[in-house]
Amino acid sequence: MDSLAQLAHGFAVAGKPLNLFVALCGSFIGTVVGLLPGLGPINGVAILLPIAFAMKLPPETALILLAAVYMGCEYGGRISSILLNIPGDAGALMTALDGYPLAKKGLAGVALSISAWSSFVGGTVAMVGLALFAPILARWALAFGPAEYFVLMVFAICCLAGMVGDRPVKTLLAAAIGLFLSTVGIDSGTGVYRFTFEDVHLADGIQFVVVVIGLFSVSEMLVMLEQTHAGQTVIKSTGRKLFNVKEFAMTWWSIVRSSLVGFGIGVLPGAGATIASAITYMTEKNLCDKEGTFGKGDVRGVAAPEAANNASAGGSFVPMLTLGVPGSGTTAVMVGALTLYNITPGPLLFEQQPDIVWGLIASLFIANVMLLVMNIPMVGIFARMLHVPNWLLVPGIAAVSFVGVYAVHATTFDLVLMVALGVFGWMLRKLHFPMAPLILGFVLGDMMEQNLRRALSISDGHLGILFSSPVTWILWTLAGLVLLVPVLLRRLKRARAA
Amino acid sequence: MSDRIFAIAWLVVCAAIAWLAWPIQAPFSYEPIGPRAFPLLLCGLMAASATWLLVKPGTEHGWPRGPVRLKLAGLIAGFGLYAWLFEILGFPVATALAATGIGRLYGGRWLPCLVAGVAMGVGFYYFFDRVLDVTLPLGSLWKAG
Repeated sequence: MDSLAQLAHGFAVAGKPLNLFVALCGSFIGTVVGLLPGLGPINGVAILLPIAFAMKLPPETALILLAAVYMGCEYGGRISSILLNIPGDAGALMTALDGYPLAKKGLAGVALSISAWSSFVGGTVAMVGLALFAPILARWALAFGPAEYFVLMVFAICCLAGMVGDRPVKTLLAAAIGLFLSTVGIDSGTGVYRFTFEDVHLADGIQFVVVVIGLFSVSEMLVMLEQTHAGQTVIKSTGRKLFNVKEFAMTWWSIVRSSLVGFGIGVLPGAGATIASAITYMTEKNLCDKEGTFGKGDVRGVAAPEAANNASAGGSFVPMLTLGVPGSGTTAVMVGALTLYNITPGPLLFEQQPDIVWGLIASLFIANVMLLVMNIPMVGIFARMLHVPNWLLVPGIAAVSFVGVYAVHATTFDLVLMVALGVFGWMLRKLHFPMAPLILGFVLGDMMEQNLRRALSISDGHLGILFSSPVTWILWTLAGLVLLVPVLLRRLKRARAA
Repeated sequence: MSDRIFAIAWLVVCAAIAWLAWPIQAPFSYEPIGPRAFPLLLCGLMAASATWLLVKPGTEHGWPRGPVRLKLAGLIAGFGLYAWLFEILGFPVATALAATGIGRLYGGRWLPCLVAGVAMGVGFYYFFDRVLDVTLPLGSLWKAG
């Protein structure tokens, strides 16, 4: 019951006019960013973070803004999936499979409304789960020592390596590059300069904002230049605007199942909306597709992945808020946002910063309602934004990105470094390296090193401390499992195919 | 092939990092592990991953060719110039120039790109600097004269 009182306090924080306004702005911006093909939640959050920081928003308000953008993106991605057959963000990939055929049949309004509804249910399930489980997990995590933390972060990186990208070795390398970038600057333990080349600008380390915007905004614009979506026409949403009772009843259980599964996947570090929507789509197809309508315009094929991607976005807040280990690339950026405010995410957050944690959770509930209201009657306005041409959009993104990076330290050096990292990121993406592990590594790097060093100080240099408690055994076993199981499954599949 | 080239390049980077990291030493320290161990550990991890990639590279992906490659080079140069001129010319002028150029690369026509660029330079300056209180430079070049 303690949680309920805390949640009520959260609503008091979230109900402040500034926070409500910010949640509304965030929801709107998020939907727009989500629907624009190429731009996903991580780009939106990355571009807005420095601006929120430079505007001197209080930390809970900044976090509410970013979280609303994240949720909004998961709503917005479906619009371009359905009307254009191009997913607006990675999590909406599966939505296009049935959404676009529905739109071609003249049922775009139905597809849009049922997917908004299922996004809402998915989001709500995740928020309830977050409010229920996060405090318990946080209390449990209080017992974690430095050794447990270090192993936990190893587990998070293994999760990514096992599940993201086509080659685990590339994920591992990307994470290692991210971890390495975080070691540049003054070593906080001893005050020694590392890899600074005696340059003042690097003494503080590479700025988080510079890395994020370089990797996710500059490199995105380079990728966008190569992909021109010429010849695609936006389908006009005609006919019924809302789903009927029959469609509601037909999709209900798919939505509930997918929300629960999506939440569970979101909680795992590393596995995000993309995996959640793919798994639930396949599950629903196996469970419900008796007439072979999936892929040809089945409302359940739209409802399931949309419920899952919103639920997993909500779920990824659980490890972020309780352990300080983000569950997705986007929450990794949010952890970075907290460190900009000198707030260390982790289990103590629930005790020390109840305003931030519960205000954020309450705001997610509020933003979810705002998004539902925005996304059913106002969907036409958003659909019109698909007509904004790239020659207008990209310079705008460029200018806002540059403003964001400049706002933090006001140096040309940061801008140049951002462009360089952007080009580097683009090259990595062309070589099919996933970007989320890199940013996760960069965010976790300092914590990981400090915890490792602290653990080894306790044990006076003996590595045995990393294997000394039941928690560490469990985490090492889990880490091994997430690395091995996908490989074994792939072997099995190949053996069966042969 | 691209994977292999990258792997070799990264091994060189790792060697450079190791060479830079080796002399890092704290003058006095109370910990058994100094500031050198973690970067070296990562260096080893990166080198091992890069070696694996060198031995087992992935499938070849297409790199851009012809006009797209030229455009990409133009865009990178544009970003570089924008970064370099940001403080010299000031936000409004630099943004107007950069936005026009980038817009052209994305297939806009001259006049609309120019109008949009100037509008962004001036509009964003007022929006960020005056409304949102995010300080932006007006240009060191104009101040000197």
